[in-house]
Amino acid sequence: MKLTGAQILLECLRAEGVETVFGYPGGVVLPLYDTFVQYPDIRHVLVRHEQAAAHAADGYARVSGRTGVCLATSGPGATNLVTGICTAYMDSVPMVVLTGNVARDLLGRDGFQEADITGITLPITKHNYLVMRASEIAQAVKEAFHIASTGRKGPVLVDIPKDVFIETAEWDGYPEQIHLRGYPLVTRPAQDDVERAAELINAAEKPVILAGQGVILSGASAELCAVAEKADIPVITTLLGISSIPDAHPLSYGFLGMHGHYYCNMTADAADVVVGIGMRFDDRAMGRFKDFNPGAKIVHIDIDPAEIGKNFETHAPVQGDVGEALRALLPLLEPAEHPEWRAWIDDLKAEHPTDYFGEESELTGTWLVRALAEETGGEATIVTGVGQHQMWAAQYYPFQRARQWITSGGLGTMGYEVPAAIGAQFAQSDPVWSICGDGGFQMTLQELQTVKDHNLPIRYALFNNGFLGMVRQWQELFYSDNLHSVDLGQPDFLKLADAYGIAGLRAATRQDARDAIRAAQAVDGPVLIDFRTAKVENVWPMVPAGAALSETIEEPA
Amino acid sequence: MSEYSTIVAHVEDRPGVLARVASLFRRRGFNIESLTVGKADEPGLSRMTIVVEGGAANVQQVARQLFKLIDVVSVVDISDQPVIDREMSLIKVSCQPAQLVEVGELVKAFRADIVDVGPQSIIVQVLGDGAKVEALEGMLRPYGVLEMVRTGRVAMVRGQRTSKPPPVSVDAQEAEAARAQLGRRPEGALPFASD
Repeated sequence: MKLTGAQILLECLRAEGVETVFGYPGGVVLPLYDTFVQYPDIRHVLVRHEQAAAHAADGYARVSGRTGVCLATSGPGATNLVTGICTAYMDSVPMVVLTGNVARDLLGRDGFQEADITGITLPITKHNYLVMRASEIAQAVKEAFHIASTGRKGPVLVDIPKDVFIETAEWDGYPEQIHLRGYPLVTRPAQDDVERAAELINAAEKPVILAGQGVILSGASAELCAVAEKADIPVITTLLGISSIPDAHPLSYGFLGMHGHYYCNMTADAADVVVGIGMRFDDRAMGRFKDFNPGAKIVHIDIDPAEIGKNFETHAPVQGDVGEALRALLPLLEPAEHPEWRAWIDDLKAEHPTDYFGEESELTGTWLVRALAEETGGEATIVTGVGQHQMWAAQYYPFQRARQWITSGGLGTMGYEVPAAIGAQFAQSDPVWSICGDGGFQMTLQELQTVKDHNLPIRYALFNNGFLGMVRQWQELFYSDNLHSVDLGQPDFLKLADAYGIAGLRAATRQDARDAIRAAQAVDGPVLIDFRTAKVENVWPMVPAGAALSETIEEPA
Repeated sequence: MSEYSTIVAHVEDRPGVLARVASLFRRRGFNIESLTVGKADEPGLSRMTIVVEGGAANVQQVARQLFKLIDVVSVVDISDQPVIDREMSLIKVSCQPAQLVEVGELVKAFRADIVDVGPQSIIVQVLGDGAKVEALEGMLRPYGVLEMVRTGRVAMVRGQRTSKPPPVSVDAQEAEAARAQLGRRPEGALPFASD
């Protein structure tokens, strides 16, 4: 059967079980949009800016565990995706990015709306394809989904020239075979590596697990808990590892890093064996590398061999899928108890709790997160932007299950919260809470129309202090309070909500805030809540840039 | 004096592969001393010999990052192995007819060849390891080196051992199992909020 390139592409998406594509049309993808009508089972969600398409696909992927799909036209459409692609790349999010390009005979000749998007995205995709024949679309798409969703997951871009969408080719079903010689999937760890790791853990007196997003990507929360319980190992997470272990678990201690809990940073720094699981010993998590816990033995379990030994010398490297590695490790661990070590951490936690809630008269961001946690029972899927509100959400929201915490960690993309919440909401029916900063919100607020189009029940909780808060904090602490370009002017957000035809609420006191949260929960459809939070509030504790974890500072008296 | 390591990589012979490799080196801040590419003995593959600045820890990171590229089929670090390494150089030397015999003797001593003779200049072709090429260049310099081109290094491990990629896995059953398990979306329908 002969099909056009556009039909073949949509056949492939159907075969992959893709139900939702976030996209924006344009000149060279017109043949594809002309074909969408023949595939009513593939929903196209029209965003208002291509960056949002990428973030929405990312949010969808993080909540659902499936591969997110976004689509844009050539040139500016494709380049607008770049921030979203890089965000997904840094956080290992499975995503297939589809772009059109100018017709084949115009490629390389600077035609209208031509951009070398495969060249541009070389360093921010796991792989990319420029498909030059309709007959090659199916194999490229098959491989793209395979690469995006296996190993260390990540975005893969498929670029298709306009006339390839129109060209016909024989379609004899979605390819079964993948021939990727340069992509051997090693998911099963070497047994002697696992034994070496078990030896170190069994000999430990003060072990700690640093759990990262790899645990979530691998679906290995149960295995993580089993290992921690058997060997009595406290679990600290990275920022992206939050929700990999339920907050209420007795061995769960919260997250470490620049704004991690004081006791978590000190515990990681005092441990004799540090077991990194599905994490990459990032600078924001570990502080100054050379002064991180010099005496510790490091066990590192990761799917990506290039992460092992990248930042730290590793004493027991285990390369493989986190779930498989933990299942292999479990029987080799001796049941253990570390009462003194646990008591030491518990005392530290009691003496240095993270409980900066401010005065009763102030609507602080910290208090607001706690109120949100209370009103949602800790059950909501939380999407955040980047900055102070993100850190408070990480510190104070008690996450119960994996994939409940959606945030841009590696790239730190402001404005992520508005479109990512759209993707998240397409992957679940319970309302998503998007915790926004007033800076980031103004970067992507055009997507409120997309939200309105689909009447998505997203609750946008705008932490509005009128400041670019995190930058202001740094200017205050490290640049002599020389505030510059952080005092953000803003529109009347209630009028904005009204203009988009969505519910708007405002709160400036704690009582009003609680009422607003409850009122928002009763709304059938999208809500924007303008929380007028304390103008000047800092995130504590904090590891100053370039300092070691042991130099974590708490709020000055 | 910087330390150098040598990597042999086999890559898919496709458009854009060199750009991927070069992009990776640039982005990760690895300095390439030399990079040579040519067809490998196996059809469809190219063989790269990459000389990179840095010692064992650095080259391990280079090799691992390189291997993450989908188009890179194999990466072997041959730095600590006995190897034959060669590069070729063409050196255009200013040479009057009267100097030809003298220069010819010098070239012969290096087992190099004069491959072009012009009225005012000659081209010398020299094959050997980097030190030999540099030594000859030094000897020719007094006559006036007008232009020089070096191919960069190619290398091969001595003895039986090869740096070639392993044969394609023939364990079809295992490959099938991996495909069934990986890259599949989780089962079950997702609810749509706006349905």
